[in-house]
Amino acid sequence: MGIPFPSDAWIKALMEEVNRSPGYAEAAKNWEGDFYFVVEPEGPMTKPVVLYMDLWHGRCREAFEVTDESARNPAYRMSAPYSVWKQVIQGKLDPIQALVTGRIKLKGNMVNIMRNVRAAKELVLCCTRVPTDFIA
Amino acid sequence: MWFFKTPEIVFGEDALFYLEELRGQRAFVITDAQLRRLGLVRQVEEHLRRAGMEVHVFDMVEPNPTVDLVRIGADVIRAFNPDWIVAVGGGSVIDAAKAIWVLFERPGLDPLAISPMEPLGLRRRARLVAIPTTSGTGSEATWAIVLTDPRARRKLGVGSRENMPDIAIVDPAMAMDLPPRLTADTGMDALSHALEGYVSTWRNPFSDAMCLHAARLIFAYLPRAYRDGARDPEARAHMHLAATMAGIGFGNAMVGLAHSLGHALGARFDIPHGRAVGLFLPYVIEFNARVAADRYAHLLHAIGRPSPNGPEAAFQLSRAVLELLETLEQPQTVAACGIPRDDFEADLPTLVEYALEDPSTLTNPRSPTAEEVERLLLYAYEGKMVDF
Repeated sequence: MGIPFPSDAWIKALMEEVNRSPGYAEAAKNWEGDFYFVVEPEGPMTKPVVLYMDLWHGRCREAFEVTDESARNPAYRMSAPYSVWKQVIQGKLDPIQALVTGRIKLKGNMVNIMRNVRAAKELVLCCTRVPTDFIA
Repeated sequence: MWFFKTPEIVFGEDALFYLEELRGQRAFVITDAQLRRLGLVRQVEEHLRRAGMEVHVFDMVEPNPTVDLVRIGADVIRAFNPDWIVAVGGGSVIDAAKAIWVLFERPGLDPLAISPMEPLGLRRRARLVAIPTTSGTGSEATWAIVLTDPRARRKLGVGSRENMPDIAIVDPAMAMDLPPRLTADTGMDALSHALEGYVSTWRNPFSDAMCLHAARLIFAYLPRAYRDGARDPEARAHMHLAATMAGIGFGNAMVGLAHSLGHALGARFDIPHGRAVGLFLPYVIEFNARVAADRYAHLLHAIGRPSPNGPEAAFQLSRAVLELLETLEQPQTVAACGIPRDDFEADLPTLVEYALEDPSTLTNPRSPTAEEVERLLLYAYEGKMVDF
C-alpha cells in the first residue's frame, strides 16, 4: 500500500526520504531555497495541489501541502501537469530534460539552479523511493 | 518529447562568400587579436562590407572567456547596435559571442543565469553567425556556452536553446593553417563530443547519426590533418565538417564525465580544453564499460575495428583512443601534462567537487559517486586501466 500522490502525507514521506539520503545531503550541501511544487489538474484531478518543501544545506526542514498559495513566498515554483510529475516520480522522465523542454515550468533564481542540477537529480531519486499510489 | 536543433549550415570551399547574402545595416564581429593579426578576420570584414554593412570588430576575446569579458563586450555592442553578430574563432570566441548577444538583447541579465528553463526573447535586435577557425569546438552548432570564473578557477556551463547560432559557416579555409598542436587539441575535443554524445543518457536517433559519422571521420582524418596540415586539404576539410557534426550530435544529446573532469582540470591547471577532455576520454570509456558496452561496440564498428560483445568493446575503444593520442603526441596521463603530484593531490577535493557539479556528469551513462570520481582522477594521473 503506497501513499497517495499528491498529498500532505506524500510530501512528508518525501521529506523523510530526503533526510535519509546521503546522496542528497552531499549533492545539496550548498543549497538554500524553498520550493512550491505545483501539480496542475488533469484527468481525475479537478484543482491544483501545491506542495511546499524547505530545502536547506542537504536537508529538508519542513514539508506540507499548502491550501492557500499565498501563505508562503518560496524562492522557487515548479509546476507541471499531474501526468508529468507521475512520470518523474516513476523515474520514467528525466526531470532536467522535462525542465529544458518546458514540460516542467520553473520560476526563481536560475544562477543557483544551474549550479545545483545534481541536487535536483538526487531529489528526484528520493521521490522514486517513496512508495506511491497514483490516482490515475 | 525532445528537440533536434541545428543552425543553417553553409559548408565547403568558399562558404565564406555566403556572408555577402546577409541583409542588414551593421555587423559586429567578435574575435580575438591573434586571428585578426593572421588576416582571417579581414576576409570576413570584406565580405560583410560587400553586403553593404558597416562593420565593427571587437577582438578582445581571450581563451576561456570570463563573465567580466562578456560584460565589456556587451557595453561595446550596445554602442554599435548591430543587426548581425558574427563570431570568428574557436570555442572561446563563439561562446563569448553567444553570451554577449544575450546581454545585448537582455541588458542586466546575469550571464550565469542564462538557462534553458527561461525564455530569453533573442533575435529582436540581432542574429548570430558563427564561423569556426578550429576543427573541434562544435560551438558553431550548439547552444551551450562555457564561461570561466577566474576567481574560483572554475568553468561554468550555461546556455539557452535560443543561443543556437542562426547560421554556421563551415569553410575549411578558415582552419587550413591551424598549427599541429592546436589541430590535435581541438580534434580530440571533437572526438570527445562524438564518443560522449553517442553514449549520453540524452542521446537520440538524430544525434546518434551525427556522432557515429563524426567519429568515423575523426579517426580517419585527424592523424592526417595533424601530420600534414595544409598539405592535406582533404583531411582538413573532413575534420572541419566532422567537428561541426560532432557539435550537432552532442549539442542535442549532451556529453559526459570526460568533459566534467576536463573542465575541472583545465580550469584549475590551465590545460587547453581539448587536451584535458581527450586525456580523460579513455578512462571514462573504461569506467562506463559495464553500462554502455553495446554503444561502444557500435562505435568500434563505425571506425572499422572488430567489435566484441560485452565490456571488452569499451576496453578496445579505449585502446583505440589511446593509440590516437599517441599518434597525435598528446598526453595520456595527467602527470604527462606536467602537473606535480603534490599539487594535483592538494587540489583533488576541489576537482572532485567541480566534476560532480558539472552538468555533463548528469548525462554520463554511469552515474559516479564522489569516491569514484576521485579514483578516476587518480587513475588518470598515473595512467592505470580502470578496474572498478
